Amino acid sequence: MNEATPHAPSSTRVESIFTQSTPGVMGLSLPPIGVATKPTSEWLPEKFHRKQAPRLPEVAQLDVVRHFVNLSQLNHAIDKAFYPLGSCTMKYNPKICDVYGNQEGLTQLHPMTPDHLSQGALKVMYTLQQYLSDISGFYATSLQPAAGAQGEWVGMRIIKAYFEHTGQNQRTQVIIPDSAHGTNPASAAMCGFDVVEIKSKDNGLVDVEALKHLLSDKTAALMLTNPSTVGLFERDILEITTLVHDAGGLLYYDGANLNAVLGQAQPAQMGFDVMHINTHKTFATPHGGGGPGSGPVAVTEKLAPFLPKPLAAYDGEHYYLDYDRPLSIGKVKAFWGNFEMMARALIYILAYGADGLKQVSSDAVLNANYLKVLLSEHYQVAFDQVCKHEFILTNEKQRGVDPHLNTMAIVKRLMDFGYHPPTVYFPLIVREAMMIEPTETESKETLDKFAQAMIQIAKECAETPGLILNAPYTTPVQKVDEVLAARKPDLNYFKSA
Amino acid sequence: MTTPFNFLPHTDADREAMLRVIGASSQAELFSDIPTSLRENIRYCTLPESGLSELELQQHLKDWAKENTGASYASFLGGGAYHRFIPPVVNTIAGRSEFYTAYTPYQPEISQGTLQYTYEFQTMICELTGMDVANASVYDGGSAVTEAALMAIRSTKGNTVLAADSINPEYRAVLETYLNTLEGITLKAFNLESLPQVLASYDPKQLAAIVVQQPNYFGCVEALDTVREYCQAQKTFFIVAAEPFSLALLEAPGHYGADVVVGDIQPLGNNLSFGGPYGGYMATKEKHMRQLPGRLVGRTLDKNQRPCYTLTLQTREQHIKRERATSNICTNQALNILKATVYLTLVGPSGLRYLSDLSAQRAHWLSEQLSAINGVSLLFPEKPFLNEFSVQLPVPAELALHALEKASILGGIALARFYPDKPNSLLISCTEMTPPDQLKRYVDVLKNLLDKPNKVQPKNTTGGSKSLLNTL
Repeated sequence: MNEATPHAPSSTRVESIFTQSTPGVMGLSLPPIGVATKPTSEWLPEKFHRKQAPRLPEVAQLDVVRHFVNLSQLNHAIDKAFYPLGSCTMKYNPKICDVYGNQEGLTQLHPMTPDHLSQGALKVMYTLQQYLSDISGFYATSLQPAAGAQGEWVGMRIIKAYFEHTGQNQRTQVIIPDSAHGTNPASAAMCGFDVVEIKSKDNGLVDVEALKHLLSDKTAALMLTNPSTVGLFERDILEITTLVHDAGGLLYYDGANLNAVLGQAQPAQMGFDVMHINTHKTFATPHGGGGPGSGPVAVTEKLAPFLPKPLAAYDGEHYYLDYDRPLSIGKVKAFWGNFEMMARALIYILAYGADGLKQVSSDAVLNANYLKVLLSEHYQVAFDQVCKHEFILTNEKQRGVDPHLNTMAIVKRLMDFGYHPPTVYFPLIVREAMMIEPTETESKETLDKFAQAMIQIAKECAETPGLILNAPYTTPVQKVDEVLAARKPDLNYFKSA
Repeated sequence: MTTPFNFLPHTDADREAMLRVIGASSQAELFSDIPTSLRENIRYCTLPESGLSELELQQHLKDWAKENTGASYASFLGGGAYHRFIPPVVNTIAGRSEFYTAYTPYQPEISQGTLQYTYEFQTMICELTGMDVANASVYDGGSAVTEAALMAIRSTKGNTVLAADSINPEYRAVLETYLNTLEGITLKAFNLESLPQVLASYDPKQLAAIVVQQPNYFGCVEALDTVREYCQAQKTFFIVAAEPFSLALLEAPGHYGADVVVGDIQPLGNNLSFGGPYGGYMATKEKHMRQLPGRLVGRTLDKNQRPCYTLTLQTREQHIKRERATSNICTNQALNILKATVYLTLVGPSGLRYLSDLSAQRAHWLSEQLSAINGVSLLFPEKPFLNEFSVQLPVPAELALHALEKASILGGIALARFYPDKPNSLLISCTEMTPPDQLKRYVDVLKNLLDKPNKVQPKNTTGGSKSLLNTL
């Protein structure tokens, strides 16, 4: 792979499905109606009738298959090659979890099936609630939130409900580090809180002195990611949580980086009051092209009454959905949550057990530190100390050669070596960040090869910067004009010029 | 650590070699920045200590499936989640590693597969709904309704949202949770029959949106002229929740004035899976495009002027705008919309219409047969319906469900669950998955139960279900 040089794109584009349409063709055989029929107009008045059929494609089954198989081949994916997208925990999810899809007793179970006929599903939910409470150290867990961001909203909503319940409506401020994921301030704002940003110190961690100045009787909560978004554990975490509690506030733990501390430390014991868990990062939800996710929320005993309802419960004989929760914030999702993700997460946890989960975080952190050392001579390391599951490089060495060698240009070249680029320009507090998260499922050989590619790119930056600036060369399409896309939005085939 | 975990590739020799490169003596040393008090006090109550083999895990999945006895019953359950045939092509495609193990298409050069199907999905949703622009999905129908209401509040600066009491109660519950959180925003339920009087009591400037569902939760197709006229005159958002199959038969809401059309794509090739993951769709007019939450995929050109696709208009989103974003949404339902896109491509316009008609024909046949039984009638006899309808029974709905259950039939949703004033009513859904022999069995069981009145025990049995009333 090291000899990657410019050559023609390896694949051609796939025609739009709408240009492949032939009237009268269909990709599916249809069952007979089987009962005496009546003309539509007898049971549906004319004024409700659809006048024009939707212009859906009309394509034979084999051509449907080819269209989507050809499209799939334009994607990079973990099952093809390394995908070190920082903050997204792109680990290999065991295929055993996919056995879910073959079980009609799970896939065909309607959410309104009575409790006594869905005991298996309720047992999965109940058991997972317990395991996630265990892993996080919290008292109770709701599996309802559909994704991390919804989990954040639920967590903040619970905090709001708690302060309303205890007559502390003046607590309207949520303190959030400038290094946080964008979803943090967005979720807090959607809950009606005022967001107060706290600047990070030069080492990327919370400035405890600045925090002391921001805390007041208006403080509702501090939202924190730990390890932080720069991949470092907050050494002062116990002092921070004590300070916030002393000021009467609560602490929200963003579980995005939970993979780094599985079995090493429990967020509840750090002093947090509520957290969300991204099962699509840590616990085997298929990454799926960006979803679905699942964002369970775990809380302390004091906040448990406010969790969304229903919770899965067990009376010693039967599992059931417990709606008898008068202080609950209500429902945030139709039905009970993303059940398939719950079953997969439970299988994943059972596959590893407590010992295995600790080995997961140990190896995730080992891989990150190893790769960081391999690359530290060739790229500037933003925070030069032992990292947790991810680390940040910058282009400081490269931009000295050519100011056009920005981070995006550098990582685009990685595609020619068969890799997905790291996360770039996040967190915002690091200039020209490249955030690399190898995860625990990558072998030493994979990391070595990736390091060789990165070192080769560093060499090209120094010797042939032009080669970098025009990359990638071997991808299905080359540099994409995102400015044009935003200036003249073309979002619909039939509205397209 | 010597126990091998088959998903972790390192040997102990690898780990030692890597530690030497790092200059650390042990893996534990890499965690020395975590206070000792935290590291040494990990407490678990129920978590098993060690892992299981793949063989044992597979058995767990099979056991859980088996314990869900209701999954193999003939099912007339609907209410926002539908038994539909999933053509094998759908899961063959959705199970492809290149789709299944990719993530958000942040790097368009190596994500054209995800980007193009998302663009095709957006187009198909626009075609179904009669709208200009659709996003790349939100979590489910409930979040789509909620995000549409939030869009309306942002756009109109109104402080009140009126939601029909006939929208899916599961969606209404989500809408309530979100809107009741916002200072100064009021959510009000209304009955469509008395809408004119309700509207008369509001200053039009207050009203951000009117939310309706077509067909409504009871299965009824509603006349929405009053809503349309009011919204057009007053610039109030006209939000319509619509089940995708219904759009093959019913006029597209975009063609009768809707501002936002929302719903759930689950019936299009997605598993029921006890409630999720599904996918919320949202479609709107071009003028509201920049108020849409979530991801949007646009067509553009690469540097060689070749057409291609990319995420676009990202300045609406949380990773750029943070607390001023249109929504906090980040993860969407990418894999679920892939299934919907493959499904819609397979069935095409005529297949979708055929299946929608088939389901409605069966529902009408069943409703007629049931109405012929002593004491059974349609709950809303004057309203048209498609594949879902509500009946009024001479006994508590739970009693009928219990009798049907004994014949391995899930007979529908007892409306009392959400509407305590309707103890004897049942919501029944038909699709291609309820073949004629099941319809006949359904009729026979109810005939047997109701045509012999002396057999009826007129008490409210729960059939083992813990939660009947007050479930929201």
